[in-house]
Amino acid sequence: MSLRSPLARVRGLGSAKDGTSHWWAQRLTALALIPLTVWFCISVIAMSGADYVTVATWAGSPLVGGLLILLIVATFYHGALGLQVVIEDYVHREMVKLVMLLVVKATSLVLALTGILSVLILLFSRT
Amino acid sequence: MVEFALPANSKIGTGKSWPKPAAAKNTKIFRVYRWNPDDDANPQVDTFEVDLDSCGPMVLDALIKIKNEIDPTLAFRRSCREGVCGSCAMNIDGTNTLACTKYVNDVEGEVKVYPLPHMPVVKDLVPDLTHVYAQYASIEPWLKAETPAPECERPQSPEERARLDGFWECILCFCCSTACPSYWWNGDRYLGPAILLQAYRWIADSRDEATGERLDQLEDPFRLYRCHTIMNCTKTCPKNLNPAKAIAEIKKLMVARKG
Repeated sequence: MSLRSPLARVRGLGSAKDGTSHWWAQRLTALALIPLTVWFCISVIAMSGADYVTVATWAGSPLVGGLLILLIVATFYHGALGLQVVIEDYVHREMVKLVMLLVVKATSLVLALTGILSVLILLFSRT
Repeated sequence: MVEFALPANSKIGTGKSWPKPAAAKNTKIFRVYRWNPDDDANPQVDTFEVDLDSCGPMVLDALIKIKNEIDPTLAFRRSCREGVCGSCAMNIDGTNTLACTKYVNDVEGEVKVYPLPHMPVVKDLVPDLTHVYAQYASIEPWLKAETPAPECERPQSPEERARLDGFWECILCFCCSTACPSYWWNGDRYLGPAILLQAYRWIADSRDEATGERLDQLEDPFRLYRCHTIMNCTKTCPKNLNPAKAIAEIKKLMVARKG
């Protein structure tokens, strides 16, 4: 039982003075993903049936490689931000919430790094 | 975790069925949520049959008729009976609205009447609004100005006054907040659409000099940013206001003051 006043409970630990950059980043990455995803899908469809060398040469050019890295960063950043919100919304046990948030962030980071390094390998192994 | 099922003591049972009024030709069935804190029973839904020929047109008229003529133990809040006080907010036919402005004939079939969702219940259709009133107090809903009060009044241009339209009309019935899933799951920290609309009403007021502090107080992942633009608030508002727009305006100001 708590005898704290309702106002004290509402004020709680005060405002975190945070959340705006999270909200803004989620919207910006969403916007960036529209052209990047459309471009990526069209490019992949256009290359259907192509051999490894053709695709590797395409992905290994500085412009395409750069756009691919942007696509990877935006995808996993946007995904991590979104999953963070879902977890904060629905998971109310502090320890479970903390662990899930860390797992989501670590997984996103590892997957994003894997993608980025793959693009870089193609870029620097160009002949 | 989120509760996907009701707790055991909240499971709703079938309640009493009152007999059809004698000689009534035009009746409507009302299924009304009942819960009494004084017995240890679970909530139940009672069935009343109301003679519409001797009843006013609104759901509130029917509830008053039930209380007067069938079951005087039915508890609900009501005051102005014309949609300006916000007392009789409840869930009617699956939507939060004011019983006094909801036509019985707008409901097809049986009229289901429940208290505002996801609030503690005091009795029957009376929700406990302590927490949401404390949230209202927390945004300090009054004009704050350091400039000494002028002799007459603090002037405001017609354009500045027009910016408050759509926000000053809120009657604090909390239909919107209690329709918001985000408020259901995180109402302890999320302020909810009603309070955020009120907060914006003071942020948008040209005479107020505490805009920055007000934004500071709201800038929080839970207080403000639990709003995911679900829009239930705007859909359910019995005064046809747009709390989602007020929240979007606050979010825009948060970004604007950074850049």
